[in-house]
Amino acid sequence: MLTMPVPDEDTIRRRSAIAAALRRIVPGEGVIEAPVEMRAFETDGLTAYRQMPLVVVLPETTAQVAAVLEYAHENGIKVVPRGAGTSLSGGALPLADGILLGMAKFNRVLEVDYANRCAVVQPGVTNLAITKAVEHKGFYYAPDPSSQIACTIGGNVAENSGGVHCLKYGLTANNVLGLEMVLVTGEVIRLGGKHLDSEGYDLLGVMTGSEGLLGVVTEVTVRILQKPETARAVLVGFPTSEDAGQCVADVISAGIIPGGMEMMDRPAIHAAEDFVHADYPLDVEALLIVELDGPQVEVDHLIERVSEIARANNSTTLRISTSEEERLLFWAGRKAAFPAVGRISPDYICMDGTIPRKRLPEVLQGMAELSRLHRLRVANVFHAGDGNLHPLILFDANDPDELDRAEKFGADILRLCVKVGGVLTGEHGVGIEKRDLMPEMFSEGDLAQQMRVKCAFDDKGLLNPGKVFPTLHRCAELGRMHVKGGTLPFADIPRF
Amino acid sequence: MGAVLKPATPAELAEMIAAAEAPLEIIGTGTRRHIGHPVQAAATLDMSGFSGIIAYEPEELILDVQAGTPLAEIETMLAARGQQLAFEPPDFSALLGAAHSGSIGGLVASNLSGPRRIKAGAVRDHILGVHGVTGAGNAFKAGARVVKNVTGYDMPKLVTGSWGTLAALTSVILKVLPAPETEETVVLRGLDDAQAVEAMSLAMQSPCEVSAAAYVPDEAVYLRLEGIAPSVAYRRDQLGRVLKRPIEVMAAKSSATTWKAIRDGAMFAGNPRHPLWRISVAPSDAPGIISALRDKLDIRYLFDWAGGLVWLEVPPSHDATEALVRGSFRAGHGTLVRAPEATRAAVNVFQPQEAALAALSARVKDAFDPRHILNPGRMYRGL
Repeated sequence: MLTMPVPDEDTIRRRSAIAAALRRIVPGEGVIEAPVEMRAFETDGLTAYRQMPLVVVLPETTAQVAAVLEYAHENGIKVVPRGAGTSLSGGALPLADGILLGMAKFNRVLEVDYANRCAVVQPGVTNLAITKAVEHKGFYYAPDPSSQIACTIGGNVAENSGGVHCLKYGLTANNVLGLEMVLVTGEVIRLGGKHLDSEGYDLLGVMTGSEGLLGVVTEVTVRILQKPETARAVLVGFPTSEDAGQCVADVISAGIIPGGMEMMDRPAIHAAEDFVHADYPLDVEALLIVELDGPQVEVDHLIERVSEIARANNSTTLRISTSEEERLLFWAGRKAAFPAVGRISPDYICMDGTIPRKRLPEVLQGMAELSRLHRLRVANVFHAGDGNLHPLILFDANDPDELDRAEKFGADILRLCVKVGGVLTGEHGVGIEKRDLMPEMFSEGDLAQQMRVKCAFDDKGLLNPGKVFPTLHRCAELGRMHVKGGTLPFADIPRF
Repeated sequence: MGAVLKPATPAELAEMIAAAEAPLEIIGTGTRRHIGHPVQAAATLDMSGFSGIIAYEPEELILDVQAGTPLAEIETMLAARGQQLAFEPPDFSALLGAAHSGSIGGLVASNLSGPRRIKAGAVRDHILGVHGVTGAGNAFKAGARVVKNVTGYDMPKLVTGSWGTLAALTSVILKVLPAPETEETVVLRGLDDAQAVEAMSLAMQSPCEVSAAAYVPDEAVYLRLEGIAPSVAYRRDQLGRVLKRPIEVMAAKSSATTWKAIRDGAMFAGNPRHPLWRISVAPSDAPGIISALRDKLDIRYLFDWAGGLVWLEVPPSHDATEALVRGSFRAGHGTLVRAPEATRAAVNVFQPQEAALAALSARVKDAFDPRHILNPGRMYRGL
C-alpha cells in the first residue's frame, strides 16, 4: 500500500473551528462535516484507497472558492480539489487534515458561441453534457474519456484526459482554449479565452494535467467541433500481436490517422465476447478495431486501404461495418471491456502506460512473464494508435496479499513501459498510484524542476499534497539548490 | 555585444550558464532575434552547435531533434516520408530580413504557427518533450518520445513560447503527422471585412474540415481543403452549398503558393520600417479592430485563422501606435512582431498582463532562472 503524508494532528483538532470558518464563506448546506455525509467523498476511481476528509466544502461561486483558498492559505490548511471523483489514479483521494473542495455545484453551461466554435462552461459540467449542449447544431466536444458520462470538465483539465479519439483529435490540453482559475492565495486569474495561444508563458498548458496541485479551475472555455459526417469501422483479427502491431504501424505510415484504433489481447477479447456477444473471433491473439470518420467518400476510400493493409499483415478475420448498428456492435465489446473483466474477477486495477508502439510485442511478452511471477491474470486493451496501454490486472481485494501482488505487478508493468522508452501514464494521471514510480522516469533534478514550478503556484504546498511527487520538498529548500552566482558548476550532480 | 559562447555539449552548456554572472542572449540562427524587447546581454549564447536529427520514426509519428537544427533541413526530411509539422511553421526570413527560416529550437521558443493552426493546433500542441538547461544551470528533461503522456507537469508546453527566458533547449521532441495528399482552395470575392469573417465562420462551422481560412482585403477570402483527392472534391462542392455564394477553385499548386504567402506575411515584407502587429482574438472580434483603427491610421491588414489572427501594419511612429492598437480589442493579445529596435525598447512588445498573472509569470521565471541570466526582459520587463 502507498502511504500518505502524516496528518497534522493540530489541524484535525481545529476541525470544528475550520468548519465554522468555512460556513461563514459558504452558507447553508455547502459545508459538510458529519461523517455519514462525508462518506460519499472518501474515495475516487481508485477505490482501494479510502480516507475521510477533514471537512467538505461545496462552493457555488468563484468568490467563494477564492475565499476558501485564501482562508486555507492564511491558516496553512491543505486543500484537495475534486470534480466527480472518477480519477483512476487517486488524484481526488481526501486527506485527514485537508479540506475537500468539491466543485460539483459549478454545473452550468454558461455560453455556447457557435460563430467562434467554443463553449464556456463551469468546471462541474460533465464531459458528455458539453456535447449534449451543442449536438443539436451538429457539434461535439472531442476528448471522450470512458467515464465521460460522469467525469467533469474541471477534472478533465486537472488530468489532461484523453479517450479513444485523441490520436486524431487531441487530449484535453489541445481542446481547451481558456480557464478562469483561483490561485491558492485566493487571487483569480484568467488564462487564454476565445482566442488562440498565450501572450506570455503557456500557463494554460501547465495547468492542464497538473492534477489539482497548482490551482482550482472555476471556468473552462473549450473548442467545439463539427461532428464528422459519417464513421465506419473495420474489425480485424490477427494470429499474433506482432502482426496487429505491424498493421497499426503500416496504417500510420500510409498517411492515415484513424478516428480510433483500438487493440485487445486474447484475454480481453474473450472476456468482452462472453459479456456482450459482439461476435468477436475467439481464435485470434489480437483484435484491432479501426474507425475512420469524415466525409462518406473519404471513409469508404480509406476503409478499403486499411483493409488491404490488414490483409497484407496476415489478418485471419476482417469485417467492415455496413451499418451504424454494426459499427456500434464492433465497439460494444471494447467499450464494455472493463465491466467484462469485472465479471470474471472480483476486482481489477487498470494501468495506463504509454510505449513506443514498435515495442508492443516485447512488452506483451514481458507482461505475460510478470503475470506468472505475480500469479495474477492480466487482460490488455490498448489505444493502439498512440501506444497507450491499459493492462487490467485481475485480483481479489479481500485478499490483502493479492492486492499487494496486484500493485507490485502494476508497478513492474510501468517500469517495463519506461524501460522500453515509454511513460508511466498516458491519460490517467500520476495521482497517488504512480507517485512513487516517478523516479523511474525522472532524475532528482527533473523532479526538482517540476517542484519549483509547483512552488511558483503554491508556495506552502497546500494544494493536493501527497499526489504526483514522491517527496514534496519545501520551496525554500528547492530555491537553495539553485545555483548561486555561478559557484556550483554542474547541475546533474545529485544534491539531496 | 560582447563575447560569444558556443557550447558543444549539454554539460558544457550547463557549465557556461552556471558560470555566467551577467545576462546571456540565446541565439539559434538569429531569424527571430528582432522579435521582442532588445536584450541587454553581456554575451551571446550560440546554440547552433546543437544540430542534427537524434531520431525520426515516421511510423511512431516522432521526431527527436537537436534544437539548433535548421527548420528547412527538417521539413525536407519529413517531406521525403510524406510527413510534416502540422502546425505549418511560418518562414519570417523575408519579413524580418533574416537569411533563412531559422532553427527548430527558435520555432519552439516562439510558438509561431501558420494557417493550419485553427485545425491542427500550434507548436505547443505538437511538442512532446524537451531537454535543456535552466537559467540556474540545471540540466533537465521533460516529456518523452511517445505521442500521449501526462506524467508530471507539461513542462514542454511551458517552455514553448517562452522566448528563451526560462531555459536554453538542447533538443526537442515533436509529434509529426502525415502530409495531405492534395489540396485545393475555395475563393470568395467581393466581401467586406464583416462578410468575410461571417463566411469563414460558416465554413468553419460546416463539416467540410477547412484546414485554413484567411481574408486578404480587396482581394478574397481563401478556404483551404486538404486530404485525399475524392474527399477534397466532395468537400469543395459541399462548401459551395454551405456558403451560398459563387466560388472559384484554386488547384493544388496555386493553392500552396497562396498559403505560403499568407503564412509568411509576404504582403508585409516590403515595408521594413512599418511596425507590424499580430493580434490573436476571438474570430468575430476581428472586423471591430479594423473599424476602430481605419479612420485614425493608414493601415494594411490581413485576417488569418478565420479572423482569429489579425496581421496589422501601421505607419512608422516612435511607439508603433501601441495605445491605439491595444485599445482596438478587449480580449486577446497583440504582439509587435516587427519594429525598429528603439521602438521595441520603448513599448510593450507582448500583451501586458493583469497584476496577479504578471506576478505568477515572474515566479515561474524565477523557478527556472532566479538570477535572470537568460534573455532577461525579452518578453516582459523583469522577466
